[in-house]
Amino acid sequence: MSQSNRIKIAKRVVEELPEGAVVNLGVGIPTLIPDYLDGKKVYLQSENGLLGIGPTPDEENVNMDLISASKKPITMDTGASLFDSADSFVIIRGGHVDAAVLGALQVDRYGEIANWAVPGKSILGVGGAMDLVAGAKKIIIASTHQAKNHQPKLVEKLTFPSSGIRKAEMLVTEHAVFKFTDDGPVLIEKLSDISMSELRDITGAEFKEKIKL
Amino acid sequence: MKKLINSSDALNVIKNGDTLLVGGFGLSGTPLTLLDEIAESDKTDLTVVSNNLGEAGRGLGKLLLAGNLKKAVGSYFTTNRDAVEAWNNGNLEIELVPQGTLAEAIRCGGAGIGGFYTRTAVGTKIAEGKEEKVIDGERYILEKAIKGDVAIIKSLKADTLGNLIYDHTARNFNPLMATAAKTVIAEVDEIVEAGEIDPHQVVTPHLFVDYVVESKYVKKGGVYIESI
Repeated sequence: MSQSNRIKIAKRVVEELPEGAVVNLGVGIPTLIPDYLDGKKVYLQSENGLLGIGPTPDEENVNMDLISASKKPITMDTGASLFDSADSFVIIRGGHVDAAVLGALQVDRYGEIANWAVPGKSILGVGGAMDLVAGAKKIIIASTHQAKNHQPKLVEKLTFPSSGIRKAEMLVTEHAVFKFTDDGPVLIEKLSDISMSELRDITGAEFKEKIKL
Repeated sequence: MKKLINSSDALNVIKNGDTLLVGGFGLSGTPLTLLDEIAESDKTDLTVVSNNLGEAGRGLGKLLLAGNLKKAVGSYFTTNRDAVEAWNNGNLEIELVPQGTLAEAIRCGGAGIGGFYTRTAVGTKIAEGKEEKVIDGERYILEKAIKGDVAIIKSLKADTLGNLIYDHTARNFNPLMATAAKTVIAEVDEIVEAGEIDPHQVVTPHLFVDYVVESKYVKKGGVYIESI
């Protein structure tokens, strides 16, 4: 997966974020989003207790007690606030995050997400993934269209452990934007020059097309 | 100052088999001095409740290598390869709890609440064996509160009464843990006179804090290093 494709996904997700939204970013492609906001103001929430993540500090301004959920040094934006972990998850679980942008191992045809555990490997980390899935007002999955082993991310039925019964609203890959409905995924936009038959070949679930022209 | 003790005295309040609540997110907000004391002691069969198990060989990772631990309760252990290995070898029990559920369980433990219903993890492996209830049409699972025998927490500054403030995101689980254990020991970078911390700024009121220990770590270039 080229970096330019990852950036393409991040930029497309930014279009979905309303001005002034409270946004939580998961690991992977979502971490690119702060660099591609293009002047749009959003308030980035970090589950370890901060609303208002600012730019990455230069080396002499690193404070390892001011870190992101990925444990990387960060700064505070103007108007930032700090709180404990219980309040942080009041924000997350209580439905006060406008949008969570998450990576995924798999997403099923209705938007159910698997993003915390791989079958056959030690399942020893969940972090805040399930709380975000349960509580964010809108969930956007930002992911490559296929995994490294070329398996599709969008599948009919999850084979990886589910992160919760709450469904994602949208999936953005380097090739396509899908919205999830009760009838399954709907392709609303193509982001590459891939043909429709090729796209169906590399997608693991049937989908409808409703492309805006 | 009445509550001030040496870090080695903290070992007197920790018994074999105790459940310890240990503050921190990774190494940030972790009582490194107190953990060093425990790692050098012969304490055994401890259960630790903490978001992570430190890093390999650092923070709580030291207790794992020193053989102090029986069980770890937390949300994310994958980044400490020693924890993964110890679990695979059957040398460490692990209870995986979603981070928000962990925080709320500790908050409830300190607030006199026995448990709570949450939507987090409904329909997942983590919900297996837990009571499910439908409330206003939505599915929830019951999670029990978490309490500890001893909490060891980290704060930026204490006053001589034991009021605490925290450094940025080093706050994390610390104020919650301060409420949820029978005995609470706060490791602090600095101690000031009562009255010197603006009451508006106090995050943990002194009544929650039993003992205060001065940290042997100092921050250089934004990173904690051992000073003594």
